[in-house]
Amino acid sequence: MAEKSYRDAIKDALREEMKRDERVFIMGEEVGVWGGTYAVTRGLHDEFGDKRVRDTPIAEAVIVGAAIGAAMGGLRPVAELMTINFSLVAIDQIVNNASKMYYMFGGQFNCPVVIRTPAGWGQLAATHSQSFEAWYASLPGLIVAMPGTPYDAKGLLKSALRSNNPVMFIEHARLYGVTGQVPDGEYFVPFGKSDVKRAGKDVTIVTYSRMLHVSLAAAAKLAQEGIEAEVIDLRTLRPLDMNPVIESVKKTHRALIVEEDWVSCGMGAEIVARIAKDAFDYLDAPVERLGAIEVPMPYSKPLELMALPEEKHVIAAVKQMIA
Amino acid sequence: MQTAPRDAQLPVTREQGLEFLRQMLLIRRFEERAEQAYTEGKIGGFLHLYIGEEAIAVGAMAGLNADDDVVTHYRDHGYALARGIDPKNAMAELYGKATGICKGKGGSMHFADPKKHFWGGYAIVGGHIPLAVGLAFAAQYQNQPRVAVAIFGDGATNIGMFHESLNMAKVWNVPMIILVENNQYGMGTAVHRASAVPDMVTKALGYNIPAAQVDGNDVLAMRDAMMVAALKARRGEGPQFIEAKTYRFRGHSMGDPQRYRTKEEVEKMKARDPIVRFELQLVEHELATQDDFAFLRNDVDRVASEAVEFAETSPFPDPSELYSDVFAPEASNG
Ligand SMILES: Cc1ncc(C[n+]2csc(CCOP(=O)(O)OP(=O)(O)O)c2C)c(N)n1
Repeated sequence: MAEKSYRDAIKDALREEMKRDERVFIMGEEVGVWGGTYAVTRGLHDEFGDKRVRDTPIAEAVIVGAAIGAAMGGLRPVAELMTINFSLVAIDQIVNNASKMYYMFGGQFNCPVVIRTPAGWGQLAATHSQSFEAWYASLPGLIVAMPGTPYDAKGLLKSALRSNNPVMFIEHARLYGVTGQVPDGEYFVPFGKSDVKRAGKDVTIVTYSRMLHVSLAAAAKLAQEGIEAEVIDLRTLRPLDMNPVIESVKKTHRALIVEEDWVSCGMGAEIVARIAKDAFDYLDAPVERLGAIEVPMPYSKPLELMALPEEKHVIAAVKQMIA
Repeated sequence: MQTAPRDAQLPVTREQGLEFLRQMLLIRRFEERAEQAYTEGKIGGFLHLYIGEEAIAVGAMAGLNADDDVVTHYRDHGYALARGIDPKNAMAELYGKATGICKGKGGSMHFADPKKHFWGGYAIVGGHIPLAVGLAFAAQYQNQPRVAVAIFGDGATNIGMFHESLNMAKVWNVPMIILVENNQYGMGTAVHRASAVPDMVTKALGYNIPAAQVDGNDVLAMRDAMMVAALKARRGEGPQFIEAKTYRFRGHSMGDPQRYRTKEEVEKMKARDPIVRFELQLVEHELATQDDFAFLRNDVDRVASEAVEFAETSPFPDPSELYSDVFAPEASNG
């Protein structure tokens, strides 16, 4: 075990798989000489050269589309999109090509492509502070991973790089510097396995990505007041593993979903529906959702912070549910 | 800009010539039978016929190696047949039957057979052009002497993915061939109403990609242009561009009232029918006779009828097929 940043955990997964498998290569804007917009690929260009770490023009559609084509041609491409906001320019490739081709062509060929992209914010305003995981998670045929810890980031990316299916791997810009324990040897975190990150009996908090940390911090404070929250990290949004959530709700009888996205039509809506179907009789209170205020993200720092869910909101929401 | 060299002698043997003619006739007959089945309600959805453009697919595919990669658009039956896909499985796909080339899950616009390096018809205009960049890159990366061909219409040259793809293909110098079928219309919009330049080759020059303008109704010219392009791409000269001038005889898809063009125009263009022209050439150069043509017409009639028969008598997919093929099976890690 070693203490590693989320960024380095991701880089380690990339490096290990590139060393192991010649077919793995990285392409994207500024991934090579620059070293990656968020420095995730820094050093890999020196280590693996132009052939394996390829700078591209600013052309998201062809970045993703050519990665898909390369996957069809027998390679294992990693396409990096600078941020998930720019994935919209490539969304046709993701929706109409990557996630469909195995089914549409009758299972004749698959599409093992990994699209890595960070969500996040940081006084970047409306166009650069979005989180579209729910859009991608709505697509049959696409795996959507959204790790919250360095351990999960590396383990999930390793699974993605070995997967025979297209993976949307959504990182978080504000987590790159966060550190955590990462095993020294090789390991995999499987898709479709939600993880109980903190056990508790009074309320179930369902979350993922950066909101995991906000939720865990809130749970620690709540514990001081005698409220034990169980915090469940979904880790992959498709496949979505609801088992630990349903089990937890049967025990706690209350659930709060914490996401960073707008709540309308977000991941939380899906989770509420599934709890309502599979654990309705166990609920002692309506399932609550916490997410971003439904406005385009403002630039001004105080306004931006107001728009995002914080620890205090999680604490308040839990207390209200328990009261 | 170059034009493919033409020869005083017809640059084809009798066997090759008759084979090209057979393929063109087969495509036409296949399309006519598909049209008929569509009007009988046996085929659903969109059906884009390739009638009038057969020389492009047949010539272009003849200029490639069997392991060169091909992606095309939704008007894909001609390419599938020219690539050697069995008409039976092609017709069954149109009928949505289990024996279809994609088990009935793709339909008219989404034929594919990776065993023939035919990676599919794609129905989002321009959406497959980046895939060919990637396929060409995969060949380059693995040091394989394959080229990848992207085929689409004039209309698709106006979408962003076309431009992104040409640019990156050139920057990466990948062995890609861009084949534009300029059939004068994108649905009902004439080229001059949608494209800032009338000649598609002009767009290639903007990316420093060598481009040839070819008579797309001349099967031999198409073959030659593709051979030249493939040769250059294969020896490391990067992407190559071919504009094939042609005309679609039928509507964009079934049920197109064709208000955007006159009957006179269509009739005038039909005088340049690629099949009739090639037959005349073969006769003129004493490579074939009317008897050969009659034989071939009979033969493709039979093949097309057998395809229809096969499609009609094939079962629909098992209901379990609805749920299969969403995700490819995962290998165990390690
Ligand atoms: C992105 C997108 N926009 C619009 C359409 C609808 N559409 C299908 S075919 C077509 C015309 C394309 O014309 P062209 O590229 O010239 O090919 P042709 O049909 O003439 O062979 C249009 C607009 C589509 N399929 N995809």
